[in-house]
Amino acid sequence: MADPGLPVKAQPLGKTKPPIWRDDRFWKIFFQFVAVAIVVSVLGVALTNMNRNLAIQGRTFNFGFLDEVAGFNIGESILPFKRSDSYLYAFFVGFINTLRLILIAIPMATVFGLVAGIASFSSNWLLKKLSLLYVEIMRNIPILLVLFIWYFVIFFGVTGSEDLTQVSPFLLLSKKGIWIPWPDSTAASLASAAVLGVGAIAAFFISRWRTKIMAERGAPGKTQLYVLLSMGVAGLLIFFFGLGWQFPGGEDSNNIEGGLKASLEYSAMLMALAAHTGAFIAEVVRAGIQSVSKGQWEASRAAGLSQTQTMQLVVIPQALRVIVPSLNSQYITLNKNSSLALAIGYPEIFSVSQTTLNQAGRAVEILLMLTLTFLFLNLITSFIMNRINAAVQFNER
Amino acid sequence: MGKWSLRLVAALAMVAPLAACTTPAANNGGGESGGGASVGGGRLAAVKSAGKLVCGVEGTIPGFSFVDSSGTYSGLDVDTCRAVAAAIFGTSDDIDSKVEYRNLDSTARFPALQNGEVDMLARNTTWTLSRDAAGGNGMEFAPTTFYDGQGIMATAEGGATSLSDMDGKSICVETGTTTELNLATRIEELGISVDEVKFQDSNATFAAYEEGRCEGITSDRSQLAAKRTGLSNPDGHVLLDDVLSKEPLGPVTINNDSGLFDVVKWVSYGLIQAEEFGVTQDNVEEQVGSESADVKRFLGAEGDLGEQIGLPNDFMVHAIKAAGNYGEIYDRNIGEQLGIERGLNKLWTEGGLMYAPPFR
Repeated sequence: MADPGLPVKAQPLGKTKPPIWRDDRFWKIFFQFVAVAIVVSVLGVALTNMNRNLAIQGRTFNFGFLDEVAGFNIGESILPFKRSDSYLYAFFVGFINTLRLILIAIPMATVFGLVAGIASFSSNWLLKKLSLLYVEIMRNIPILLVLFIWYFVIFFGVTGSEDLTQVSPFLLLSKKGIWIPWPDSTAASLASAAVLGVGAIAAFFISRWRTKIMAERGAPGKTQLYVLLSMGVAGLLIFFFGLGWQFPGGEDSNNIEGGLKASLEYSAMLMALAAHTGAFIAEVVRAGIQSVSKGQWEASRAAGLSQTQTMQLVVIPQALRVIVPSLNSQYITLNKNSSLALAIGYPEIFSVSQTTLNQAGRAVEILLMLTLTFLFLNLITSFIMNRINAAVQFNER
Repeated sequence: MGKWSLRLVAALAMVAPLAACTTPAANNGGGESGGGASVGGGRLAAVKSAGKLVCGVEGTIPGFSFVDSSGTYSGLDVDTCRAVAAAIFGTSDDIDSKVEYRNLDSTARFPALQNGEVDMLARNTTWTLSRDAAGGNGMEFAPTTFYDGQGIMATAEGGATSLSDMDGKSICVETGTTTELNLATRIEELGISVDEVKFQDSNATFAAYEEGRCEGITSDRSQLAAKRTGLSNPDGHVLLDDVLSKEPLGPVTINNDSGLFDVVKWVSYGLIQAEEFGVTQDNVEEQVGSESADVKRFLGAEGDLGEQIGLPNDFMVHAIKAAGNYGEIYDRNIGEQLGIERGLNKLWTEGGLMYAPPFR
């Protein structure tokens, strides 16, 4: 009831300002504030708790310990490491070991996945069932089990009671590791490797140029084809004879000459990561291929393309649009799974950090460093995959 | 409205961890006051009110702490836990129901103690300065219950007799232990190169050694002797003469909580003192009425020693009834099972290092 004594200003109907709690915009902003306040207070309470608990134990949060002498050895590393090096350097050496693992495991997993994924569409009954068997077994058992099977059952099983098993001139197995042929490091071999690298890049551009003139000018492209073929032959000759391949051989597993050694721990970890992730990638590839509509298959068959050409020129380019984004998360999972290596004694970053944690007693600092390292690694992976994704998307015209 | 209630739920969901965060802080606040002079505060009071002592053990080393197929724990470390629990709860009846064991690997043990997941460790933990220091791991070490040393076991086939014979070969190591530091130091001193393969778990370490991945394996000599009994061919492995380190193993509690620390310390000493007095699991009841004033005070028939550390005066009676004196514990677990001589672990009166300060 309005007081009759006060003059009531006439307002046009429907223009009255609604109370603030009926305003949707107010609530939108209000909830943003509440959300921020909650996040900040949760973090605040957690940090205060941590500081107080550390203070009770008489400790502080700092990274000074990283300069101290590590005191332990790292069994296997590319970079030289001795016990008097610092914790920080140990962390770095562990990181390089992680990189060494995932940089090889990612391409291997991709190959396994592509082969198994494409094989699941094969008209060959055996191939199709083998692919199904591989994918279903690998997808349904934990990766730690896969790892132990590779390490304790397969590698130790294959080597048996023998110290050394020469599988072929190209592969030497022992309880210590696996040896494969490897180029020697003379100047001639390095020069040959450089020639191969430059040649590959040149061949790539020549082939692009050839496709371009064939498409635009209808040129036959014969000359370029001959150039490419002769480059290929030369490349193969250099590869086989120019690199000075060293074949592994020796009396016992502690005295092997020549070749590249991969320790059993590294090999088991690599195989487990590649086999496990490969099964998931196979499913991604299968989903990608299935996403290409049936009409595309039929149209390309009607246009006279063979089965292989259909796959290569029509289906795969379209399937990649679906495959690449999912591949990203598979690669990220692989990166994270690499930390399981500490179960079988491969000194990657997680294993080195665990040792450091036990010696230095700096749980919060070390776990923070580990978190940031894996975050960094996975953001880089995502960045690269997003670039690739942009490249395989349709160029809308 | 539907949107709003959803936001409300989301907001509540974010507050929930907040509430969870404050609870441990309150607990630790209690721990802080226990760090002061008040006897029986802090963790000790928490253990008493919970009616259960949570003890971190290794769980896979026969003779020290080992779970059998029926889930029963036994071993020297386990008996220490049982003695402490009996002293705290003032009874030896059904003591196994008052101790809860957690198997901890070597990297999980200190965080577990710091987080309050376990009350004490009796887990083959070597006493070192950096683990004891507030600026390091920040632990408190109770008296040593087993004097050990790091050794190396090698395959008899390899023919090694000392560490220097291991040049160019592989040694399996369990990570996160003083073991790997000692090995690294000694290898550097000898100027040899050894391929160290490090595992997180002692079972994986021994499995890889048994598979032939390494020619040698390093650990505490007691542990090597214990694990050798479980290998498929125990005679095919020899303990090398090298002793790389001093490894005094004993129970551990958290820093700045002297209430619980004093209890663990004096119960451990009490077991040694009991052997010196000749008080055993069987005769402890009679000994309460002993002629000797020292024994009477020790067993709580005279004086108030127990009360001074926040326990019943007859705490040692219960501890001895639950586990026996140190000699009995040693013989039952180490002597008979592993065949390791007592050596340094004899009483000081017999030329060993086991010596308890007076109970006065």
